[in-house]
Amino acid sequence: MSASDGVAARAVDVWKSYGSGDAAVTALAGVSVDLDKSRFTAIMGPSGSGKSTLMHCLAGLDDVTSGEVWVGDTLVTGLKDRGLTELRRDKVGFIFQQFNLLPTLTAEENITLPLAIGGKKVDRAWFDVVVDTVGLRDRLTHRPTQLSGGQQQRVACARALVSRPDVVFADEPTGNLDSQSGAEVLGFLQRSAREFGQTIVMVTHDPNAASYADRVIFLKDGHIVRELLSPSAEEVLDTMKHLDSVVAVPHV
Amino acid sequence: MFKATLKSLLSRKLRLVLSALAVVLGVMFVSGSFVLTDTLQRSFTDLFSSAYANVDVSVTPKAEKGKQPEPLTPQAITDVKSVTGVASAVGDVQGSARPIGKNGKVITTSGSPRFGFNWTGTGQEKIRDGKAPATENEVAVGGYLATTGGFKVGDDIALLTLEPKKTFKITGIYEYAGGRDSLGGELSVAFTEPVAQQLLLGKKDVFSGITVTASQGTTDDALRDAVAAKLGSGYDVKTGAVLAKEQADQINEGLKFFNYVLLGFAGIALFVGIFIILNTFSIIVAQRTRELALLRSMGASRGQVIGSVVLEALVIGLIASIVGLGAGIGIGALLAKIFSSLGGSSLELASIGAPMSAIISSFAVGMIVTVVAAVMPALRASRIAPVAAMREAATPDRPLTKITITGALVAAAGGTSLAFGFNQASLPLIFGGILVAFVGVALLTPILSKPMVSLIGRLLSWSMPGLLGRRNSARNPRRTAITAAALMVGISLITGVSVVLTSATKSIEKLASGQLQTDLIISGEGQMEGQPATFRRDVLTRVEKTDGVRSAVGWSQDGVLEGENQMFAVGVTDLPAMATMFALKPKSGTIAPLKDDQLALPEEMAAEKGWSVGSKVTLQLAKGEPKTYTVGFIWVKSQVLQGALVLPESASANFRSDQIAQAFVQVAPGVSAADVQKRVEPLFADNPEITVQDRSAFVKQTTSQFDTVLLMIQILLALAILIAVLGVINTLALSVIERTRELGLLRAIGMRRAQVMRMITVESVVISVFGAVLGLAVGLALGIATVQALKDQGISEIGLPWMTMVQYLVVAAFVGVIAAILPAIRAARLNVLDAIAYE
Ligand SMILES: Nc1ncnc2c1ncn2[C@@H]1O[C@H](COP(=O)(O)OP(=O)(O)OP(=O)(O)O)[C@@H](O)[C@H]1O
Ligand SMILES: [Mg+2]
Repeated sequence: MSASDGVAARAVDVWKSYGSGDAAVTALAGVSVDLDKSRFTAIMGPSGSGKSTLMHCLAGLDDVTSGEVWVGDTLVTGLKDRGLTELRRDKVGFIFQQFNLLPTLTAEENITLPLAIGGKKVDRAWFDVVVDTVGLRDRLTHRPTQLSGGQQQRVACARALVSRPDVVFADEPTGNLDSQSGAEVLGFLQRSAREFGQTIVMVTHDPNAASYADRVIFLKDGHIVRELLSPSAEEVLDTMKHLDSVVAVPHV
Repeated sequence: MFKATLKSLLSRKLRLVLSALAVVLGVMFVSGSFVLTDTLQRSFTDLFSSAYANVDVSVTPKAEKGKQPEPLTPQAITDVKSVTGVASAVGDVQGSARPIGKNGKVITTSGSPRFGFNWTGTGQEKIRDGKAPATENEVAVGGYLATTGGFKVGDDIALLTLEPKKTFKITGIYEYAGGRDSLGGELSVAFTEPVAQQLLLGKKDVFSGITVTASQGTTDDALRDAVAAKLGSGYDVKTGAVLAKEQADQINEGLKFFNYVLLGFAGIALFVGIFIILNTFSIIVAQRTRELALLRSMGASRGQVIGSVVLEALVIGLIASIVGLGAGIGIGALLAKIFSSLGGSSLELASIGAPMSAIISSFAVGMIVTVVAAVMPALRASRIAPVAAMREAATPDRPLTKITITGALVAAAGGTSLAFGFNQASLPLIFGGILVAFVGVALLTPILSKPMVSLIGRLLSWSMPGLLGRRNSARNPRRTAITAAALMVGISLITGVSVVLTSATKSIEKLASGQLQTDLIISGEGQMEGQPATFRRDVLTRVEKTDGVRSAVGWSQDGVLEGENQMFAVGVTDLPAMATMFALKPKSGTIAPLKDDQLALPEEMAAEKGWSVGSKVTLQLAKGEPKTYTVGFIWVKSQVLQGALVLPESASANFRSDQIAQAFVQVAPGVSAADVQKRVEPLFADNPEITVQDRSAFVKQTTSQFDTVLLMIQILLALAILIAVLGVINTLALSVIERTRELGLLRAIGMRRAQVMRMITVESVVISVFGAVLGLAVGLALGIATVQALKDQGISEIGLPWMTMVQYLVVAAFVGVIAAILPAIRAARLNVLDAIAYE
């Protein structure tokens, strides 16, 4: 089995539990999901529902207890450290909530870091497009400490995109930003999906942020319980409110 | 507060170990030195008391000032025997005797004496195999000589004494109480009495001393007084106990010096340790900013915060001192063991113990060093505002102006003290100056670290991990600087010494090629110990007559007394030839053979004494009455024969030994020195202690001792460098902890483990090479300053040890790689998710 055409990443009956015995916590209980190419997908759900865990498993940052994870044509499950490292370097982009940048490098160096680590040449034309899209042209020589939080997150976005990964994963990328900077970052993610065909998966708590996405998946207690397509912020909020009454469905 | 400190201390076991290790090593060196010297001292005391176990009272001839003592006559023995309370009085004959091994080479020891004596049958020696020597070509040898040289009863053995090589038959092998081969690694041989007298004292029927035993009921002291009263003032009469103590004291005096040297190096190691601990505490405090700020916001006073850091230091210091003391006792015992078996000698070791001095110094040094190093970071910690708890713990870049100015002032103070020290030849000022200068340079290092680190880093940062490593090392100039400065101390000291020794070598080489116009140099072993092996005058005459020899000059040498002053004098065979060979230029007087009552001396000595040509000088030689000489010739200051009075050949007769100690040969024009060397060498076939060398071999031999000195110093400084390496490891390890989240990020975006390790390694190498470059620079400065100061002592040239310096640089880079191993592995092993989530 492989991720068929049109699917950038796929989870097949993924289970993930932490610890063992009485203290065991099941973070993911049989999650299956296809993440379509060129789509901006948001993952939502209450705290502790397993959003981050799902993302980490999809991105090869964490291993699954059972089930299979695919990124592009690569079966992630079972890869050793070296394979996982190369997957993260070449096929996946990351945007974390904070601490995305190395303080010793300039914005430009941070953006091209994955390429430099992989010993690849920077595609200048693409780099220029990305930099202009995030609007950082005049900040390229600055160090992270000289940038605002929003600018830092935009640098992180640019870095995630510059190597043209199969999927960009973002875990609450706007969690630390004010609404103005958050909107900039989200607008940028939306554009990169629409204009550049970049697949993006974002974990968020914010219904407003989720409304930028093409598709919103709702998690509860390690199950996918609902999904919405191109919802408005109100729809998302509404769904969240009623999530408690929703009975978990094994597959959507 | 106390509990909180201990808790936080225990939760950071790794840090505890790392910061304590530097102290442990330093303390180990200190206590080890004390344990070693204490053990050896007690061993030597035991050795001498057993050596004099058979002696109640000993009589030796008293020397008149500046004169050689006249040996005892049989009459003295008869006199002693007549004293009431004397049970026995036996004449001893003792003198230098060097055995020649079966390979034809003289057997040497590492400092223990080689001697011969008369077999009396009353000494401590007991025949183990065979029998005592009975005829004039028979000897008995000590068990130790037998094992070292592989001799058995019935073998022949060749011996060098006052006379050239003579061969004897071994009739017996003797041992000491308890079956020991020797008392302390000495090589001894027993002759029949007449032979001993002839070969060891050079005269028939004389003795070097008398061993007296007391009859029942007579105390040693009473016996001594009685014998002294009988013999009168010409004799030294001492009890065996006093003699044992005197000799042990003499050795222990030397050991004390040895101890000071070791402690000096321990001091250097601890000095380096202070840097490391200071750095560790600085980093720990920086990392604990939040914790400390939290304590402050909960109402802890500044004093309590300082107290908490200092308390942490005290605990670390205490633990480190205990561990260091233990390790020091172990190391001291081990070294004592090695020392006692050095060269196969069999010094019986006294029990190993920890002397009070070791315990006190261990705790004092360990605690004080740690607390001193912790005070600065503690003060800084106390200044952390409580609001810092809310903020990110990032340490702001503090300006380096203050530290740089302070550093410049301190370095200048150190330099001044050094200059004064050299000027007044005051060691405390010199060493103090060097230490203070080190502190100054260390304070200047942060400002240097920016340009230097980026320069060194550029060479290593061809890849992304390299670039990151370089940037990381430039990240915290103070931290990098202190770590590098610790390495600087050791390397600069070695470099300094190396510069001085290279300069000395170069000066000697220049001297040899410029002023030494001799083709062959004939000299005996032991020139440096002041008791060189010598050869007979008639051999020199034969050298002179050898085919191809144009001229040959030789001298015998001894100390002479001028009034109260001991001076070094040579009795030279041919002054004009000597002046040609050494290119001596007349300052005043003329170069002519010295008359029997004339002497010559160098310009600077004449100036010091206020003598000029025609001055009368009265000298007391080892033998005979004082004699007055007239200054006949003064030569222009030269590097050869500095501080020597040149006397006529006839004066040699009154030296302790009139044999030739050193001779110089000039070959005839057109004749090869090597050919002449081949013809001259056979003349010394019966005297293996004498070597004939051409000029370059002679220079090489003279300068080769510097290599030994350098090696010793390198070994002793290795500990300081080891501690500095620990510092690098420490800094890296703590940085890795500090940058956990960054490492997680790098791994998350696809950095391979190997790349992470390379990044850490580059950082480590940059720091180490930076330290080495600093060390080389400071070492060069120190070395050149020392050479300048020693100009008058004959080091006229400045030689820079480029090869050695390159080696140190390479070693430093290597050390960097080694130091990076553990932190790099730790960094590469980090779990990506944990690292990202790390607080
Ligand atoms: N390393 C871990 N060890 C043990 N349990 C864990 C670990 N990581 C996550 N969990 C548990 O797994 C469950 C899912 O956690 P996860 O971090 O995926 O939640 P989340 O949806 O991202 O929550 P949040 O919105 O608060 O970030 C939680 O119950 C959490 O306690
Ligand atoms: Mg989460």
